[in-house]
Amino acid sequence: MDNAIQVHQISKSYGKVVALENVDLNVRRGSVMGLLGPNGAGKTTLVRILTTLLRPSSGSATVLGYDVVRHARHLRSYIGLAGQSAAVDDLLTGRENIHMAGRLYHMPKRQVQKRANELLEQFDLVDAADRSVKGYSGGMRRRLDLAASLVAEPPMIFLDEPTTGLDPRSRLELWDVIRTLVSEGTTVLLTTQYLEEADQLAHEITVIDLGKVIAQGTADELKHQAGSEFIEITVRDTEDTKRAASVLSNYAENNECDIDEENNKTSIMVKDGASIMVQVVRSLDTEDIPVANMAVRQPTLDDVFLAITGRTAEAAATESEQDGN
Amino acid sequence: MNLQPTVNEWRDQPTPPTTPMREAIGSLLYEFRWLASDTAMMTWRNLMHYRRNPETLASTIAGPVMFLLLFNYVFGGAIGAGRDFNYIDYLVPGILIQNNLFTVMNTGIGIAQDLQKGFVDRYRSLPMARSAVLGGRVCATTLVSFASVYWTLAIALIFGMRFHGGLVPALILPLVVAAFCFAFAWVSALVGVSVRNAETASSSTFFVAIPLTFLSSTFVPIETMPGWLQAFAEVNPITHVVNLCRNLAQGGPLESYAWVTAFWIALMVIGIGSLATWRYRRIS
Repeated sequence: MDNAIQVHQISKSYGKVVALENVDLNVRRGSVMGLLGPNGAGKTTLVRILTTLLRPSSGSATVLGYDVVRHARHLRSYIGLAGQSAAVDDLLTGRENIHMAGRLYHMPKRQVQKRANELLEQFDLVDAADRSVKGYSGGMRRRLDLAASLVAEPPMIFLDEPTTGLDPRSRLELWDVIRTLVSEGTTVLLTTQYLEEADQLAHEITVIDLGKVIAQGTADELKHQAGSEFIEITVRDTEDTKRAASVLSNYAENNECDIDEENNKTSIMVKDGASIMVQVVRSLDTEDIPVANMAVRQPTLDDVFLAITGRTAEAAATESEQDGN
Repeated sequence: MNLQPTVNEWRDQPTPPTTPMREAIGSLLYEFRWLASDTAMMTWRNLMHYRRNPETLASTIAGPVMFLLLFNYVFGGAIGAGRDFNYIDYLVPGILIQNNLFTVMNTGIGIAQDLQKGFVDRYRSLPMARSAVLGGRVCATTLVSFASVYWTLAIALIFGMRFHGGLVPALILPLVVAAFCFAFAWVSALVGVSVRNAETASSSTFFVAIPLTFLSSTFVPIETMPGWLQAFAEVNPITHVVNLCRNLAQGGPLESYAWVTAFWIALMVIGIGSLATWRYRRIS
């Protein structure tokens, strides 16, 4: 048994609205699975099913070998959940929040106290530990929420959009914390709308759209599906941009060249970045166009989402919001 | 690297039972085993809220003083005129019940807030007794109202109320009020899990507690009401518990009021309490 999570043909519908449709998912023990999709894709529904908060309409799932419906009570002792709403109590202190969670996992008092100190230290909350959470920043609340969900040292942790709404610095801090967890052997299932986040943290990524799994694989595999690399050339003078674009479009896979006039930047999609780059450089030299910067760029997960669904992640989110209304 | 879940003695047994029947029995035993300590934890949490936010106690503290002064000095003359009792003696047991019913109606508001803020997701993902989330709210408001009984009695004694029924009944009085409040808190809990919205739960105080307390013997003898209203007031449980409290404080027959009150308390705790817990478990 080296899968921490096994999901078999899970569906969930509310009346006529289908939130999840025949989802299959396997997560290896000790790995990080990124569940990626726009708002309203069904990520949270899947997490709620796997954390025993919601019963699936059909299909089955096991987490750490426990059936999420039949053995819900047992399972709850072995998982932690940190949700997007950061369910920490405003009127309690940070320490009291962790303490309460630990006691509700039925840990002995002594052990909770020891563990609370460790976690406050690890999550850089020692100074704020005995202040009420009301005065915490967004980043601190998320860290505390995560700390509380880790109090019982669960071998499996669910993070539902852990960094949504955080400033870039807090996000980086939280990423570090998650990486530490993984290095200690915890299995993580992480949902995110940020393609970069999945790329940074996850060993494997499952892309969900409109309740269905539309792609699965490592970040590299998914990027490979998008198929192409990009060559980006930045010229020194703005008036050269058009000339550069006409040179570049000869090499483009689809004979198209994107022009970003503001930044003097032109870019094309190509199959084999490195070898075409050599030719591009030669041509630019012949045309006597001074170049400020050039790069071969790997496709981002944004490009991947576009390639798989035919729309950007942003457009998909807007769409499902409209569906929701 | 050890990737198997570590088995601590405080975790539930690692191998779940194989038949649905055993699983169901196991769940029930588990619920009973942890009910007391988990409820204590949740009660502590809710009492900490009062401690950190003492202004939420304002109406519990000021309410009885206001009603005592209003009714005794504004209506007291009219209601008490030509009767053989001191109106404040008649009034105080009614105020004890009414004000504390308002206090325990906060149970549902708190539950609705927890549901709205997503706390309940955290609690439901923890291996805690399911009824403790509601039970903690119920116990916290009951404890607050229990303390408030002594506060109200202290004020009433200052304004001239006296006990005429003996020491032991006077000591039993607060316990009766607390027991009835505990039971009524479950009604509020049911409102809270049903409406799931703090504002709606809050307005239910108005629609439930005001008519129930005014259409009873809380402030006036029910003989003064028109016949159809008397009929309602006579079956209203508030009338029975208020009369019981009144006779505990002032002397008088207890038994029939005590039986009816006990019946309503049992009905609210067992019937409404189970219904509220059942609805809470089904929330998704």
